[in-house]
Amino acid sequence: MATWAMAVWPSWPAIEAMNTHAELPAKPVPDVTPESAPYWEGLRQHKLLLQACAGCGQIRHYPRAVCATCYSIAVTWIEANGAGTIQSWTVAHHPFHPGFKIEVPYALLLVDLAEGVRVNAPLRGDPAGLQLGRAVRLIFENGGQGFVLPAFEYSAE
Amino acid sequence: MLHRQSVISGVGETAYSKHSGNSVLALHLECALTAIRDAGLDPKDIDGIIPYIGTGVVAEDFVTNFGIPDLRFSATTPLGGASPVAALQCAAAALATGICRHVLIPIARNGASGGRIASRMREAPQFRTVAEFELPVGAFAPAQLYAPMARRHMELYGTTSLQFAEIAVNTRRHAILNGNAMMTKPLTVEEHQASRMIADPLRLFDCSLESDGGAAVVVSRADCARDLRQPPIAILAVAEGHPDSPSAISQRADLTRLGIAKAAPRAFAMAGISHADIDVAEIYDCFTYIVLCQLEDLGFCAKGEGGPFIASGATRLEGKLPINTHGGLLSQAHMVGMNHIVELVKQLRGTAGRAQVKDARVGLVTGYGDMGDGSLAILARD
Repeated sequence: MATWAMAVWPSWPAIEAMNTHAELPAKPVPDVTPESAPYWEGLRQHKLLLQACAGCGQIRHYPRAVCATCYSIAVTWIEANGAGTIQSWTVAHHPFHPGFKIEVPYALLLVDLAEGVRVNAPLRGDPAGLQLGRAVRLIFENGGQGFVLPAFEYSAE
Repeated sequence: MLHRQSVISGVGETAYSKHSGNSVLALHLECALTAIRDAGLDPKDIDGIIPYIGTGVVAEDFVTNFGIPDLRFSATTPLGGASPVAALQCAAAALATGICRHVLIPIARNGASGGRIASRMREAPQFRTVAEFELPVGAFAPAQLYAPMARRHMELYGTTSLQFAEIAVNTRRHAILNGNAMMTKPLTVEEHQASRMIADPLRLFDCSLESDGGAAVVVSRADCARDLRQPPIAILAVAEGHPDSPSAISQRADLTRLGIAKAAPRAFAMAGISHADIDVAEIYDCFTYIVLCQLEDLGFCAKGEGGPFIASGATRLEGKLPINTHGGLLSQAHMVGMNHIVELVKQLRGTAGRAQVKDARVGLVTGYGDMGDGSLAILARD
């Protein structure tokens, strides 16, 4: 379970007065599992790694223990080439977690990667340009506390 | 086959508010007693209980407080907001196989005065995938996870925020008629459009309430309910359905198809009726878009036509398919859809007051939960 569920936040009136990441509660970080550890380690090396079933070759995401096609637990990890197209998006205006208070509004994309799986990650670019099918490229960002996170920018035309 | 094996014999609700001043257990006991007495039963007649997972209240609490001598069946149905209607299926199965005679299905929460939604989300194992992979990038509240489904629908089919507004405004109109609704002032389309954006395209008035209170129903084996206090409301059909990629919406091939799309054909076949036979429907409305999408997935209109269907006025009280006649989660209270079941039973009994649909005889109620789980029941008064 994510650690922030147990964290005690300052009151929302106190959070109202906080305007830097240094003051605000830290953004949540993942609870890494044995199945997902290579994914998070790959991000630290600026690689988005996907599981490919060693039995049948099926690529799957998010990382998990077994192939839903052939039920093999053996995996190889492949590096996504970073190209994708926009399946959908939202623009978050309300910060449900105080760690995101000074980041709103931020656009979150669902991106269809060339490898056939999706990534949910923020857009670094103007939300006015959002449209279904628009080409985007994967980038990497410091997520704090030793984590690197995926993000996207529009591909050059 | 669960067709006509059981009936809803009793319903009960507490007052809905932002601050109940009661414990969650006290709210459970209050709505349960109201439902049991409504049925004309004694609390000691209850021999099955399906509590809502995650409130902290368990079946044993009812045994202790009501002195139930011989509880024969207990279970939970962990489908988020689809749980209460899925619990009808669970109860019907237990009743039809003779395990027990009268199943209590309660829910109560201090959803407004207790914990906030963002912290509640992470406490359940069904959110493990989202918690690890999407929460860190800033996608975790239901509004943020569901908004891309709505956006995809809008871009593919031309669905508009004005059509979402019609759902919100219509639901508010019904809440005003209810007498036990948290929202009591009229809402206009302009107010909806001016309300602040939460997660585009979902505005404040596209989102449901956070509420304190409780609601409960009693489901009885049909042959055990003939001499009870209320006219029995028969369960013609009940089903649950789970969407593809049930742990992560982001990985779902078709973002516009919910779990209820799988359950609906089963339920209509079990009931042996067609869509035109439905006189009134209570559609789970955590967000306006989720109502629109369910109407399509249920088959009341084709995929992509939910917007025009709503805009036509079909779902108003005087329309061909009145929905959410109590004010729903959007304007009555967020009681996880148990209030939808209570309202449908009142409609079919003919006791829905100022929101009564004339001659309502057959009705449908849905649930929607977590990352797209669905459930529906078709009920009738004979």
